[in-house]
Amino acid sequence: MSAPLLKIEKLTHYFGGLKAVSDFNFEIPEGSIYGLIGPNGSGKTTTFNLITGIYTPTEGKISFQGHDITGQKPFRIVHRGIARTFQNLRIFGNLSALDNIRIARHYTTRSGLVSSILRMPSFKAEERQVRKEALELLDLMHLSHRATEKAKNLPYGELRRLEIARALATKPRLILLDEPAAGMNPKEVDDLMHLILRIRNEFKVTVFLIEHHMKVVMGICERIKVIDFGETIAEGLPEEVKNHPKVLEAYLGKRGA
Amino acid sequence: MKLQKFPRFLAVVILFYAVIEILFKLDVVNGYLLHIINLSLIYVILATSLNLINGITGQFSLGHMGFAGVGAYVSAALSTLVFKLSPSKPGDMLVFVGCIVAGGLAAAVVGLLIGFPSLRLKGDYLAIVTLGFGEIIRTAFNNLDVVGGPRGLLGIPKFSNFTTIIIASALSVVVIRNLIQSSHGRAMLSIRENEVAAELVGIDTTRYKVMAFTFGAFFAGIAGGLLAHLIQLAHPTQFGFIKSVEVLIMIYAGGVGSITGSILAAFGLTFLSEGLRLGIRSLADATGLPIGGEWRMVIYALLLIFIMLFRNEGLMGTKESKIIELPEVE
Ligand SMILES: Nc1ncnc2c1ncn2[C@@H]1O[C@H](COP(=O)(O)OP(=O)(O)O)[C@@H](O)[C@H]1O
Ligand SMILES: [Mg+2]
Repeated sequence: MSAPLLKIEKLTHYFGGLKAVSDFNFEIPEGSIYGLIGPNGSGKTTTFNLITGIYTPTEGKISFQGHDITGQKPFRIVHRGIARTFQNLRIFGNLSALDNIRIARHYTTRSGLVSSILRMPSFKAEERQVRKEALELLDLMHLSHRATEKAKNLPYGELRRLEIARALATKPRLILLDEPAAGMNPKEVDDLMHLILRIRNEFKVTVFLIEHHMKVVMGICERIKVIDFGETIAEGLPEEVKNHPKVLEAYLGKRGA
Repeated sequence: MKLQKFPRFLAVVILFYAVIEILFKLDVVNGYLLHIINLSLIYVILATSLNLINGITGQFSLGHMGFAGVGAYVSAALSTLVFKLSPSKPGDMLVFVGCIVAGGLAAAVVGLLIGFPSLRLKGDYLAIVTLGFGEIIRTAFNNLDVVGGPRGLLGIPKFSNFTTIIIASALSVVVIRNLIQSSHGRAMLSIRENEVAAELVGIDTTRYKVMAFTFGAFFAGIAGGLLAHLIQLAHPTQFGFIKSVEVLIMIYAGGVGSITGSILAAFGLTFLSEGLRLGIRSLADATGLPIGGEWRMVIYALLLIFIMLFRNEGLMGTKESKIIELPEVE
């Protein structure tokens, strides 16, 4: 088997005395859809924050396409090809939906300050191209009608899709989705599952997702890791994980979830 | 060339210039009024450049006039002490332009030096650092004997006039506007909107914060240089904290993030300020009460409170007029 796209070794992170992530080991091969599940507060979002460079891990190593990215600045990790969405939406609220996407395309643009300020033909050509691509992404997410709308005026479900579109605009190899189905109705959840499959199949982007919605996790994830209190309690195929005694205990057991 | 292709902003500027010049020739606009218009145009540069830092990029600088001071002193020292320029000598106008640009560049370098260490700070902390910087600059001028110390730098040749100032002002607005309405400008906006999200869609937020600071400082320096060559004086008190607050009030009154708003507020508040100065003086003369010009600031402060209470978006919010906004590149 070829080298994994993302490789996480012995990842551990403390917040003061709280061990939020403990000895996390995981490998994600190119082209797969993997899931990360666990009760609230078990360290899932923190793991994403460590991968994307928001926090520097206390211990452990994160490699992407064979490069050690541990502790790099978030924007450099994006440039390497990792994009993400947020559990608590982080949109550019006062900017249009179109601008939200164009900003994510910025680092792959070439126009310098001088050609931008003088609005040279090369700048205009690039603006045209960026705009076209951004509109295509909006179209893919069924958000074309919202292009010029201020993002903060969009309903919740559309904002979730806008965040996915924005993440894709960075042209990633790997996308991290933090509870993408949260707050969605059953119809939206079905659409989301199709969308995630399309992202993988058509855009060739590898997917690593956190989700509570069991239909999504069991329906599209090829492999699942379950954590609780930062510790891995199970890992495997969906059907292996589903009936694992520790998983049942974590979800239904002592904590009375 | 189609008519609508002619830049609207340029058309408005030329029209404004022509009307004022004609009214001046007809003596409808007198020298005093023209002076206030010139001051307003200089404040347009100060307000739009501060807006780039505070409004567009969402940082909080309280020392903007410090940069203007660097521009004023550097350009005036060059024109007055080094080159000994005179408006009556034909070639000196060009050298003067060079002095103004040098003042802007010096301010930009200072902006860059302040920006790198301090832009890691957020919100209140950044405000305090920039406030401190402004006061350091002011104190430095106060104690530098080469540039007059507390007396200020006197005898600066009067190179700034309506023509030079309106050209500089329009150019500044166009450059800042074009920067904002490019991909780089959108990167700056994203920092204001959500810094974490900006970083996580690949924006080098530190780079763009420093860039906003450097650009802002450059244009503040240009404005400072023009001011010094208009009133023929560079004095430490012109560049203190209170003066920075005046510019700050302008961008809040006009709408944080709106260039149109900054331009309107620069004119509106410069005229209001002069009106208050005259009004307070005649009130003091008429009643014999010991009220001085400082009361202007009280009224200014009340105005700011009023804006915050009743229209905290400012005049324009984040909107732009069609004169300033460029159409999308289709
Ligand atoms: N920035 C932080 N500072 C301190 N504690 C944090 C921070 N972020 C998360 N935590 C704590 O770490 C644990 C894991 O949180 P999180 O990763 O958000 O959980 P999950 O996403 O699985 O619900 C929780 O106990 C949470 O309170
Ligand atoms: Mg979470």
